[in-house]
Amino acid sequence: MQFHEKTFANDLKIVVESNASVHSIAVGFFVRTGARDESPELNGVSHFLEHMAFKGTENFTADDVNRIFDEVGAEYNASTSEEVTIFYASILPEYLPQTFEVLAGILFPTLRQDDFDMEKNVILEEISMYQDQPMHIAYENAMLRHFAGHPLGVSILGTLDSVGALTSEQMRQYHADHYRGGNITLAVAGNIDPEVIFELASQYCSHWPGGRHERPIPEAEPASGEISIVTKESSIQQNVVQVAPAPPAHSEMRFASELLSIVLGEDGGSRIYWDIVDPGHADFADLGYYDYDGSGAYMTWLGCQPDSTIDNLKRIQDIYAEVNENGVNDVELEQAKNKIASRIVLRSERPMGRLSSLGGNWVYRQDYRSVADDLASLKALTLDDIRETLGRYPLGVSTTAAVGPLAELNL
Amino acid sequence: MSVGILRKALSMTDQNVHTHQFENGLMLIVEEMPDVQSAAFSMLIPAGCVYDPPGQHGAASMLSDLLTRGAGERDSRELSSTLDNLGLQRSEHVGARHTSVYGAAVADKLNECLRIYGDILMRPVLPEDQFEAVRMGAEHSLLSIEDDPQRKTMIELRRRSFTRPWGLPADGSLADLPNITHNSLRSHFENCFRPNGSILGIAGKVDTQEVIQVVGEALGEWPQKPVLDVSPGETGPKRDFIEQDTAQTHIGLSYKSVAYPDPDYYNAWAAASVLSGGMSARLFTEVREKRGLCYSISASQASMKHEGRVICYAGTSNERAQETLDVTLQELKRLGDGIEQSELDRCKARAKSSLIMQQESSRGRASSLARNWFLLGEIRMLEEVREKIDALTVDSILEYVHRMPAEDFTVLTIGPKSLEVNS
Repeated sequence: MQFHEKTFANDLKIVVESNASVHSIAVGFFVRTGARDESPELNGVSHFLEHMAFKGTENFTADDVNRIFDEVGAEYNASTSEEVTIFYASILPEYLPQTFEVLAGILFPTLRQDDFDMEKNVILEEISMYQDQPMHIAYENAMLRHFAGHPLGVSILGTLDSVGALTSEQMRQYHADHYRGGNITLAVAGNIDPEVIFELASQYCSHWPGGRHERPIPEAEPASGEISIVTKESSIQQNVVQVAPAPPAHSEMRFASELLSIVLGEDGGSRIYWDIVDPGHADFADLGYYDYDGSGAYMTWLGCQPDSTIDNLKRIQDIYAEVNENGVNDVELEQAKNKIASRIVLRSERPMGRLSSLGGNWVYRQDYRSVADDLASLKALTLDDIRETLGRYPLGVSTTAAVGPLAELNL
Repeated sequence: MSVGILRKALSMTDQNVHTHQFENGLMLIVEEMPDVQSAAFSMLIPAGCVYDPPGQHGAASMLSDLLTRGAGERDSRELSSTLDNLGLQRSEHVGARHTSVYGAAVADKLNECLRIYGDILMRPVLPEDQFEAVRMGAEHSLLSIEDDPQRKTMIELRRRSFTRPWGLPADGSLADLPNITHNSLRSHFENCFRPNGSILGIAGKVDTQEVIQVVGEALGEWPQKPVLDVSPGETGPKRDFIEQDTAQTHIGLSYKSVAYPDPDYYNAWAAASVLSGGMSARLFTEVREKRGLCYSISASQASMKHEGRVICYAGTSNERAQETLDVTLQELKRLGDGIEQSELDRCKARAKSSLIMQQESSRGRASSLARNWFLLGEIRMLEEVREKIDALTVDSILEYVHRMPAEDFTVLTIGPKSLEVNS
C-alpha cells in the first residue's frame, strides 16, 4: 500500500492509499460537521442535510442519484455523527469516473422544497423507529446528560419538534457555513492510481468554496453522579448506559484506552464478559471507548432483568475499581494485542475496511497511519502506558442513563 | 454512457478451488487466495434447530453456547484464551438445518485453529455445572425479543411463512425453555454432530494439500452417525396481528417463491432485486422516496434447499400504517405488469460488482463455498454465477413472476392497531 496526499487551493484535503492487490475502490468524503455544530433550534439539521444530499443537484434528480449508484453496482451509504458527516461508496475501478461525479456532486445539493418537505417525513419516521429501541433512548439520554452544557450533549437525529420546525432556508445557510473546502477530506483506498483521483477531484471539486468552519473543542468536564431514568413499564429488559471521561481523539493515550476497553469489556473473553455475561447474569454487558474532537468517553452498556440491575452495576464497578488500583496483567495485555493485531490485518484486506481509518486519521489528526504503523503502536504498548492512562482517566461512572421497568436506581 | 455494458470483459480471477471428501463423509472445499493474508473457515454441521425434539425448541441454540465452554484438555477460559491468542475472530450460528461455526485469522494460525476445532466438534466438555448459565442466557435472549418489535416481526413472520419446523426461531420459546435439560443438549450433540453431512469451506492464503492433511488429522476419526429425518408440518396462520404499544407499526409480509436449486432461482432473485435491491428499486422509490411513508422497507429472497419465500418488512408510523401496507402490496403485485430493461441492467451491475468484491474476502468465500455445496451439491464458481446472471432477460423474469405472482400473502403486523389486508 502506498500513501499520497494533496491539498487544493480551496483547502480541500485529498488522501489516497493505493493497493494493487485488491479488486475494488472505496471513496469517501468526510465533512467535518455534525450535531455538535448545531444551535438548539437547528437540532437535527446535519443528519437531515445528509439525507437531502441524495435528493440531487441541478444536474441530477433524486431518481438520477439512486439510479446511477445502482447502475455502477456501488455499495454506498452516508452517516452523520456528532462531529463528522461521511458520504462513501465502494465500487469496481472501471466505474470510478461516473461514481465520483455523482458522489462529489451531491455534497452541494440543490435542496428543492418539495424534496425537503417529503424527506422530512422520512426523518420523522426514522425518529419514531428509534423510539421503539430502548437502548437507543438510553444512549441518547446518556449523551445529553453527560455532556450537558457541552457541544457533544446533543441528539444526532433531533426531535420530532426540532426537525418538524426546520426550514429549507435554515438548511441552506447551515450548508453554506459548513460545507467548505477546508472542512472536507476526500479519502480513497484501493486499486487506483492517485493521479486519477487528483484529476477527478480537480474536475469536480476545485470550484468548491474555500475556508473552514472553526468549532470550539474544549474538553468536557462532566458533573459526577448524574442519573437519567425513563420508566417504561411495558419493557421487559432494563437498559443502562454509563459514561466516564476518556482520552480525546488527538491523545496518544487513545491506544491504551482502546486496549483497556477490550481487556475489560469486549463481548467475549473480557473481565466483564466472564463475570457477568458468561454466568448468565445479563443479556449483554460491555465497555467501549469513544473518542471525539477534544473529548473522549468510556461507555458501559448493560441489558438485563430489572431485579439484577443493581447487582450487575456493582459487579462492573468492582471490576473498574480493581483495574484502577492494579492495572491489567501481562497475560491480558498479550492476549488483547493478539486479538487486535488480527483484527487490524483482516480489516485491511478490503478497501472499505481501510477507508474509515484513512479518512478518520486525517480529519482528526492530519495523520496517515499504515497497517504497519498501527501494528507497531500496538506492539509498543506497555503495562506502564495502561497505568498512565488509568491515572489520568480512571474507569468509573460519571453519568448513568436507564430505560426500562425500573422507576429508580439506587446506585 | 452505456448502462450495464462494460468497457472490457469482466474477468473473475482464476479461482483455485478443490474438493476432498474424507472416508467418514466430511466434505472439504478449499479455495486458495494468494492475494490475501488471512484464512477463514466456515463449517456446516447437520445439527440445526429442525432437529429440536417437540416441546424442546431452543435446544440446538443452547448447545451452541455450551459447545465452546471447554473442549479436549481445555476448560472454558483456557479454550477462549487460546483462540484469542491465535487472533481467531469466530462465531457460531444455529439455523434450521445446520449449526455453523465460523472463524478467520492471519493465515499462519489456521492449522492450529483447525486442530482446536477438532476438539470442539468431537470432544467438547459440555460441562453440566455451566448448564444453568446457558439456560439463563437463553432466557435473556428470548426476553430481549419482546423489547425489539422490528426483530420480533421478522421472527414471527418467518414462523408463519415456512413449513414447520423450518422457519421456527432457533432461540425457541419461553414455553419450551423449562423442558430443556442438560441431557437434552447432550442428546442433541450425540445425535446430530457427525461428519457425514458436514461441510467445511476454507479459503485464504492456504495450501490445499496442507489443509487436507491438517483437517484429516483433526477430524478424520470423527465417527459417522445415522442421518435423521424431519417430518414437514403446517404453515400459517396467514393473517395475524400482535398488539403492542409501539411508536411504529411493524409490517411483515411474505409470499411463495422458489427453492435455491430451482432452475428459476436467478429469475426469482432478480425479481426481488427489482423490488428492493438498491435505492432505485421499486419499494424504496414508491414507499419511501415518493410518499415518505417509512424509513425502513425491504424485500428479499429467502430460499432454502426445499422451499423459498419473498420476505418483506416495513416500519411505519401508526397513523400511516394502513397506507404503507396498501402501497407495499400494490407495488408487489404491480411487478407482473412489466419490468424495464434499465431495472434489469442495474440488478446485473449490482450482482457483478458484489461477486468481484467477494474475492477480496476470505470469510465471504469460505462461507459461500460451504453454503453452495449444501444447497446445490456442487461448487459454483463466480464465473458461472456471472453467466447465469448475464443470461437473465426481462422476459425470463416476467415469465417467472407470472408463474409465481405476489399473492396469497402471509401477513403479520405488530402495533397498537391491526390493519386491513386489501389484496
